[in-house]
Amino acid sequence: MNEFKLSILDLLKEDARLSAATIATMLGAKQEDVSAAIAEMEQDHVIVKYATVVNWSKVDDEKVTALIEVECTPERGRGFENIAERIYLYPEVKSVYLMSGAYDLLVEIEGKNLKEVASFVSNKLSTIESVISTKSFFILKKYKQDGIIFEEFEDDHRLLVSP
Amino acid sequence: MIKDEEKPQIQQIERSRSGGMQHHLAAHARAIPPSGIRRFFDLVSASKDKDIITLGVGEPDFVTPWRVRDAAVYSLEKGKTQYTPNAGMPELREAIGQYLNNQFHLTYDPAKEMIVTVGGSEGIDLALRALIEPGDEILVPEPCYISYSPITSLSGGVAVGIETFAEDQFKLTAASLKAAITPRSKILILCYPSNPTGAIMTYEEMLPIAKIVEENDLIVISDEIYAELTFNGGRHASFASLPGMKDRTILVSGFSKAFAMTGWRMGYACGHPDLISAMLKIHQYTIMCAPTMGQVAALEALTKGGLEEKDRMMESYNQRRRLVVQGFRDMGLECHEPHGAFYAFPSVKSTGLTSEQFAERLLLEAKVAAVPGHVFGKGGEGFLRCCYATSVTQLTEALERINLFLRSLE
Repeated sequence: MNEFKLSILDLLKEDARLSAATIATMLGAKQEDVSAAIAEMEQDHVIVKYATVVNWSKVDDEKVTALIEVECTPERGRGFENIAERIYLYPEVKSVYLMSGAYDLLVEIEGKNLKEVASFVSNKLSTIESVISTKSFFILKKYKQDGIIFEEFEDDHRLLVSP
Repeated sequence: MIKDEEKPQIQQIERSRSGGMQHHLAAHARAIPPSGIRRFFDLVSASKDKDIITLGVGEPDFVTPWRVRDAAVYSLEKGKTQYTPNAGMPELREAIGQYLNNQFHLTYDPAKEMIVTVGGSEGIDLALRALIEPGDEILVPEPCYISYSPITSLSGGVAVGIETFAEDQFKLTAASLKAAITPRSKILILCYPSNPTGAIMTYEEMLPIAKIVEENDLIVISDEIYAELTFNGGRHASFASLPGMKDRTILVSGFSKAFAMTGWRMGYACGHPDLISAMLKIHQYTIMCAPTMGQVAALEALTKGGLEEKDRMMESYNQRRRLVVQGFRDMGLECHEPHGAFYAFPSVKSTGLTSEQFAERLLLEAKVAAVPGHVFGKGGEGFLRCCYATSVTQLTEALERINLFLRSLE
């Protein structure tokens, strides 16, 4: 990945709504070069999606998120790929990571309430053949996610005018 | 015993007898004009409008990097609450010396040629107080930071403004410096990168200035607080790094702008041991030493991690600088390319309004605060200081509002 593309990603990561024209001005580049680089990165799935980071705790219909440690038996020749796929295809599953250490997969699940998450773990996840065991941890509060701090403690405290 | 309800009456009698307390003030304190920026600040504050976007600040929008804050907190936990040596912690001076050497090829002896001050401001005050004798003339290229001339008068000196122009990118020219010199000229104050214009001066551009300084036996106080904020490859050259200029220069700088540490009030001054030791005497009697926790924080800022944070911030300023300058040009305002600091200084002369009228109407009608150029002295009239150290969303919105305001004037 060249420096130009990295600079574009840095800006988009902070604000996905920046136009190619604005990015071009900010980087001192040509707009068509920025547009081309973005298109290329979209095509290569470097840029996967332009999503919004939501602080769900401020939304009325609150969500429950749990992290599940999953221990499972890998398959000959394919390792964890098939099992991971079987898990990540469920829409309730927000993320799946293959981990080093005491367990194999870390699965993030989101549900409307505790019951829904519990039922997913017992009925869907634990019943997958190669899954040996699961341990569920419910998230009580999100302080920071993907580099974004949810509390608004770093507001602008500067004087409106100063020398 | 005076009852509480009688106090106001007594106070009033005392006031009428004396006609207020003004006559107790020293003439030089009374003579300092109120700051023009203060007047504008009052105007902005009075409006209490939450919707105002301000480009009027003179500080970074970043909070001090966490590792720097953490170092200070830790030092408090460990009970580091005592005085440090007058000149500052030896390890901090050592680190500053190393930093100045790496960044600007300067060599200062941390033991004899350096003093840690309460912000760059104290360094300027110390230097002027140590050097000025009544009637001495202090040459100040303008538009410039608002403090030089009042501090000069407090020390009994006379500030002589040298106007700089947009056509010269607000650089000081040899011709105009020469024209301002008289037998009473003693000090030249340089502030490049410049607040408010964003101008810089390169090594080559300063050479003829150095020649005149030498010929006229001047001392230079070089306020390089924005030294780290130079863009487009225009790396900052310290005046002290010019041939023969180290002994004649008092370098004043600090941590406020580059490391987003304005509220910590951490600065330093470097120069010839004779000058520094005189400044240190004044510092000893007035300040004792810069705050200890601030010094600990400053030391952390100069570590590898702190410097990386600084570079990240500089890149972000540069991006926003391009955005704002292009924005002004797109809406038809002339804007010289600011190569340093975090200010753009567009001209509003084409509107036919004075900078004060423009700034006031912009505030009231478009809810954007920016500082009218005339408060920065000669050559500032007709310009607007816009600080771009604010979020891209706010900048974009501010530019849109300024554009609409301009269209409403047509």
